[in-house]
Amino acid sequence: MSQTTETKQLFVSTSPHIRGQDSIRGIMYSVLFALLPAALMGVYFFGLYSLVIIAVSLATAVICEALMQRAMGRPITILDGSALITGLLLAMNLPPNAPWWLVVVGSAVSIIIAKQIFGGLGGNPFNPALVRRVVLLISWPVQMTAWIKPTPLFTNAVDAISTATPLGMVKLNGAAKVMGQISLLDSIIGYRGGCLGETSVIALLLGGLYLLYKKHITWHIPRSYIATTAVLSGVFYLANPVSYASPLFHLVNGGLMLGAFFMATDYVSCPITQKGQIIFGIGCGILTVVIRLFGAYPEGVSFAILLMNAASPIIDRYIKPVAFGAKGAGK
Amino acid sequence: MKNYKFVGGIHPPANKLSAKLPIEKAPLPKKVILPLAQHIGAPNEAIVAKGEEVIIGQVIGQNKKAFVSALVHASISGKVIDVAPYPHPLGLKIPAIVIEASDEQPDAGYKQEKTNILSEDPAHVQGLIYAAGLVGLGGATFPTHVKLSPPENKPIDTLIINGAECEPYLTADHRIMLEYPNQLIKGIQALMHILGIKQAIIGIEYNKPDAIEVLSHAVKNTSGIQVAGLKVKYPQGSEKHLIKALLNREVPLPPGLPMDVGVVVQNIGTIYAVYEALYWGKPLIERVVTVTGSGIKTPKNLLVRIGTPIADIIEYCGGLTDDAAKIILGGPMMGMAQYTTEVPVIKGTSGILVQTESEVPASAYHDCIRCGKCVSICPMCLLPNLLGIYAEKQMFAEAEAAGVLNCLECGCCVYVCPANRPMIQMIKHAKASIMAKRRKAKAA
Repeated sequence: MSQTTETKQLFVSTSPHIRGQDSIRGIMYSVLFALLPAALMGVYFFGLYSLVIIAVSLATAVICEALMQRAMGRPITILDGSALITGLLLAMNLPPNAPWWLVVVGSAVSIIIAKQIFGGLGGNPFNPALVRRVVLLISWPVQMTAWIKPTPLFTNAVDAISTATPLGMVKLNGAAKVMGQISLLDSIIGYRGGCLGETSVIALLLGGLYLLYKKHITWHIPRSYIATTAVLSGVFYLANPVSYASPLFHLVNGGLMLGAFFMATDYVSCPITQKGQIIFGIGCGILTVVIRLFGAYPEGVSFAILLMNAASPIIDRYIKPVAFGAKGAGK
Repeated sequence: MKNYKFVGGIHPPANKLSAKLPIEKAPLPKKVILPLAQHIGAPNEAIVAKGEEVIIGQVIGQNKKAFVSALVHASISGKVIDVAPYPHPLGLKIPAIVIEASDEQPDAGYKQEKTNILSEDPAHVQGLIYAAGLVGLGGATFPTHVKLSPPENKPIDTLIINGAECEPYLTADHRIMLEYPNQLIKGIQALMHILGIKQAIIGIEYNKPDAIEVLSHAVKNTSGIQVAGLKVKYPQGSEKHLIKALLNREVPLPPGLPMDVGVVVQNIGTIYAVYEALYWGKPLIERVVTVTGSGIKTPKNLLVRIGTPIADIIEYCGGLTDDAAKIILGGPMMGMAQYTTEVPVIKGTSGILVQTESEVPASAYHDCIRCGKCVSICPMCLLPNLLGIYAEKQMFAEAEAAGVLNCLECGCCVYVCPANRPMIQMIKHAKASIMAKRRKAKAA
């Protein structure tokens, strides 16, 4: 017997003995990377103050996460990227001129209340970024709905000019009056009023496709969500084009793309089976359209996803995969 | 031949380092350790005592009462130097017979190949298989003669030969297919004769085109045997998934067996052992083992006597590298890590895989983040995340209700898990606890 084999201490563990490439950190940083184009477009359109919002939001999220984990005696995992995602998503969901204290409060709410109190990453029943958005929207409605016109960097920027979002205009004046004034192309590029990171449809799609390509998300939620929104808003548009905007208008305005690719797909708060995810996406789509067309708020993506987050456990309870071989005789 | 789809599965890197290396005969061991339990079923009793002289091929372990058991034969001639518990590849120490080789080492079996197997009475041929101590050599080690004796109400129509070899690194079956195609055909025909069936399908993953070609050529002048390419996907070689892919039949949940859908599945290595047992009268005393991994100096496909301590084999393959850290018997997905190199090669040992320090996965893990990756790839369509959490929280009744006993332990879930959760360890724990409770209830 050789010396080496006799003296060697061997590792022992249960199979399997190899692992794939995915890690939590890897996925989180991919999501951050995928969000970057839309965030940068936000900075471009809404000015350098957007960068302040993003920085304050990220810093608050990371600090709150560390403090909470320390207080609860859990390992500190601020480097896993999940707090950064929450922080970045928060910033992207705020009006571009939100006061800094609102950013701090929001970031703290989402990390402390929506995430860490439920046990941290993996335990939160609701998407932390959306909880924060809704808390702020209800608590500080004025600041949270003060929209400004985009003034791209490197142009002669004057003071911010207030405006309404396209969805807000439709809500106020009806689709027929507004549709002609709003360029769909502007909305696709991101040149419109809205939250800091939600306006550039093209940048969000780019990020979403990257996540699909990396297989960090699957098509089930985005596709069913977007398709349902298009079909349902299309039905109303065909019935009454004077009051209701076209499906394409609904797809490129508001927070649909950000929501469908980056927030409804949050692993922790959506159903775990692919069939359940399709139901979840359809539910999000129906609620979004209903809120947009008939609700008090012009935009319904946040509420729709949060409501469906609440429905996820029950979807998971009833939608279960059928075990291989359970279908009966099989022959 | 058309492949039907099965849900789930993964694509780990194949790493078939030894695919091009012909099977080489390992030197005779000076000592063999032959555990009395090398199969699924009732363990054997030693029928030789310490100090006794045995000759190669002699039955030394037997269970006279149980049908589901397999004989153990002396794999070398020599003297029994011990009958006592020894480290077993499945962990723990299990009673084993230790033989020290004598100077005279005759060959086992006939001098000449038999020719008349297909005209003999099937029941007699089946008896020869029992007498040879054959078990499934893919790793599951289910006694072969039991698989060949389906009850009358379960008619068999198809024999599937498993040449998928979907475990990364392993190449033993691949080499047997390339080097012994005609012998395999004879083995297959013998099994078809025993089962009284007209159809056999050899399933081979498309990543072994040379084996598909060689066997397609070998079956040309036979009737009823086809070669089918299989999609490259782990666990393509799982019995249930192989049947699904080739025949679109779903084996019912446990205790459902392939025979419930009219199928018997045998692995390539087993077929070769069947050939040797029937045509040469050679009991199962040696097998092909893939010695591989970056922790071993020269990977090989070795024909090894059952009972050879793996230390001997490692030494013959140039020894371990300095950074070797983990020794696994079997493939990387389902193999067992060993704590000592004193364990012997047993009937189910398909490979010896040595990993280096940097290849050993980290053991730290995170809470489940519900990403759903394990759910979408589970080939049994279970919820591995949930089974793991139940086991972690000792909720075994819930785990059982969620189907934990249906788990194949293929390891796909752990492979894809970004939180590095050891679901298989948790599931094995839950299964063991449930079975222990059942045994207790039965005894009470």
